Amino acid sequence: MTGMTSERRAIGLEAVKMRKVFGGLVALDDVSLKVPAGTFHALLGENGAGKSTLVKCIMGFYKPDGGQVLVDGRQSAIANPREAAEAGIGMVYQHFTLVPSLTGAENLVVSRPRGSQIIDWKTEHAALEEFLARMPFRAPLDKPVHMLSAGEKQKLEILKQLFLDQRFIILDEPTSVLTPDEADEVLGLLRGMTKRGDVTVLMITHKFREVQAFADDLTVLRKGGYAGSGKVSETSIDAMAKMMIGDTQIRERAARVAHKDAPVTLDIAGVCADADDGRAAVDGINLKIHAGEIVGIAGVSGNGQSALVEVLSGQRPMREGQLTIKGADFLPSRQSMAKYKVFGLPEEPLKNAAVPNMTVAENIAFRTFDQPPIAKLGWWLSAGPMRKRAQELIARYRVKTPSADAPIAALSGGNVQRAVLARELSSEVDVLIVANPCFGLDFASVEEIRAQIMDQRNRGAAVLLVSEDLDEILSLSDRVAVMSEGKIAYVEEIGKTDRATIGHHMAGHGH
Amino acid sequence: MTDIARSASAASQSVFDSDWMIRVRRGSEALAIPIAALLVSALLFSIFLLALGKSPAQFYQLIWLGGFGTGFSWSNTLLRAAPVMLTALAVAIPARLGLTMIGGEGALVLGGFTAAAIAIPMIGGGAPIVMHVLMFAGALAVGAAWVGIAGALRQFRGVNETISTLLLSYIAIAIMNFFVEGALRDPADPNKPSTKALESVEMIGKLPGIDVHWGLVFAIVACVAVYVLMFRTTFGFACKIAGGNARAALAQGLPVGRLVIVATLIAGACAGMAGYFEIAAVHGKANASLASGYGFTGILVAFLARQHPLAIMPVAILFGGIAAAGGIIQRRMGLPDATVLLLQGLTFVVLLASETFYGRLTLFNPKARTDRT
Repeated sequence: MTGMTSERRAIGLEAVKMRKVFGGLVALDDVSLKVPAGTFHALLGENGAGKSTLVKCIMGFYKPDGGQVLVDGRQSAIANPREAAEAGIGMVYQHFTLVPSLTGAENLVVSRPRGSQIIDWKTEHAALEEFLARMPFRAPLDKPVHMLSAGEKQKLEILKQLFLDQRFIILDEPTSVLTPDEADEVLGLLRGMTKRGDVTVLMITHKFREVQAFADDLTVLRKGGYAGSGKVSETSIDAMAKMMIGDTQIRERAARVAHKDAPVTLDIAGVCADADDGRAAVDGINLKIHAGEIVGIAGVSGNGQSALVEVLSGQRPMREGQLTIKGADFLPSRQSMAKYKVFGLPEEPLKNAAVPNMTVAENIAFRTFDQPPIAKLGWWLSAGPMRKRAQELIARYRVKTPSADAPIAALSGGNVQRAVLARELSSEVDVLIVANPCFGLDFASVEEIRAQIMDQRNRGAAVLLVSEDLDEILSLSDRVAVMSEGKIAYVEEIGKTDRATIGHHMAGHGH
Repeated sequence: MTDIARSASAASQSVFDSDWMIRVRRGSEALAIPIAALLVSALLFSIFLLALGKSPAQFYQLIWLGGFGTGFSWSNTLLRAAPVMLTALAVAIPARLGLTMIGGEGALVLGGFTAAAIAIPMIGGGAPIVMHVLMFAGALAVGAAWVGIAGALRQFRGVNETISTLLLSYIAIAIMNFFVEGALRDPADPNKPSTKALESVEMIGKLPGIDVHWGLVFAIVACVAVYVLMFRTTFGFACKIAGGNARAALAQGLPVGRLVIVATLIAGACAGMAGYFEIAAVHGKANASLASGYGFTGILVAFLARQHPLAIMPVAILFGGIAAAGGIIQRRMGLPDATVLLLQGLTFVVLLASETFYGRLTLFNPKARTDRT
């Protein structure tokens, strides 16, 4: 029941000359950050810039090697996350930390650091109702969390911090799991709360659009050091980008090459598939993708897009329907994938495309290990050619790894995806199945990956792009399709539609 | 995760973190941690002995004497090591696919029983070679099927493979007892219920110059063959992908279900082979002493060997030696025969606890850190 009735207000926080050294590596080099009470502050930076390290030092996950944290102007020694919570500082992580099998209410109640041994649900429910009445937004509290949408979960995560009476909330890329509308809603609500002086927000992000729309101030880190700060209203996107990437070269995307009367490469006809719980996840999808075309599939997460990708990549059985590639029947077996040159860039590559504890070289060999020169006589594996090819691709795709023999789990997210990209796109590609390829990646990696996808399209590959990032779909696709409840709700040429129309169909209000 | 990329690029500039050094460091980690676990469990067991008023020094000296001190004890040790190598393979092969299967005992018992049952009509028939070929094939086939059942249950019905293999072992022992005490009992045998025994001339002979049967050679060949299969072939590589991440394996078009079935069949065949040699070279007949715990020792050996087929050989010999010393320890120190089982159990617990140290010791992982987000 702690603090539910207290009237704590937003608190300010200042980090002064924070320093953190790991082994011989300076991860955080005398970085300072000032977030006045009741402001919305964006913390920008590339992967590895030190944003997470800084935030973890503030939260007490790490013991900084230098510097101090001032909470409301007073020096505070925060030794662990529990002390951070007592000081009123809470964090919402990039990935959900709710217990999926518990309801929203149960999650809130068990999250209290010093809950009593016996829970009186009647009192708790009444208190929760009273708490929600004071909040500017709601989330369903009576349903198990695994039944909630990503947006609802994210709102619940934020509600949890408010319920714990945290008045300085750190958000680590909070919108990477949300649709644009959900993101705008959640950030808008937080923006309102900062304006009223209820909370202070520090948000780690990559998305300039969100910084411009919601933040007051920003601080940029680069390579472990301070790279700049300022008021959002006085900083252009170009200036932010320059601070973030310094003199790093960002890859230019090739122009869209026009293909005239291209033949159909991938024909998805009447495809149905079941979800793990037996309900229909994909319900009669028909889609033709031409050579040299990117078809983007938009949709609110959980409307069958992932299941469709799983069917196409062999991870989920197809109950009904037919797949044809260039007129020939296709089933996602290893032989047919090689024959019809079908490749994929799945979301969360460590989960879907790589084996974390195998080496980078081994992971890069997944497509080629059973072909010469790596396979001799069809079954003998030779490590030499495997490593040689991996080293070539690591150089060509600029994968940052200490060695081809390092486990791929030791790499940053962007570099894991680059390694997968190297594996999937380094030979001839006719069909490319892409799902949220840039999920949680930094600026340079995102541009690199999008440029590679465009290159494949221009070379004549048929590309199916499933993405929860509408900007990604709008900038890459030739045609857009919207999936809703396992069906295609809408298909249109990209030039003849707009964000609002697509958004309406995503929300199921197409007609 | 964010800092790792930068530490990675920093690391690439250091001579000490060259590809070669990284491999050496990871290799020595896989060696040092199990050895340390062995020493710790020996230390804990010493405390137990002291509590009983016995001398640990005498105990370990007797293990040396009973297991490795004389030519006779070496024979005894290798005799026990051979079936353990094979049952350890029955654990290590599925482990490569991410499966924890502990059904070696059942496959050994049922394989051995099958061999003994096949032999019954042919005993004294004058065609021992035909008889042995059929016994060998039958033992391997039944052993393979027994573990394969658990593999199929796991792959197609989602049944936990650890539980099913454990329970299938008890079913296997019960099946053997059912026949040995019933339909297949040899009425001429005055002792405990058994199948009809092979005649002594029909038994598999000893290796030249040593009092150990040919099963040892087969076990060593099997270890090397499984090493080649799992580490040097495309099949083994596909198994490693499927074991590390089944979703990624499916997305690469790999037939995960088929890999699981084939690997569990091979695993079961190894344990079945151990059963064959127990019948054909040691007991000559199937009875309750066929279920003597080699399958369970194999689990410990496979874990201590980090599921590596080549490492299984020395570890199996070590535990063969400890088991061989059981008798002398009983006689000289007045400790029950089961004392060595206690040592085995203790080792297993310490070993499982030691798993937490992998990747966390800076000695072996120059940039070992815990900031992975």
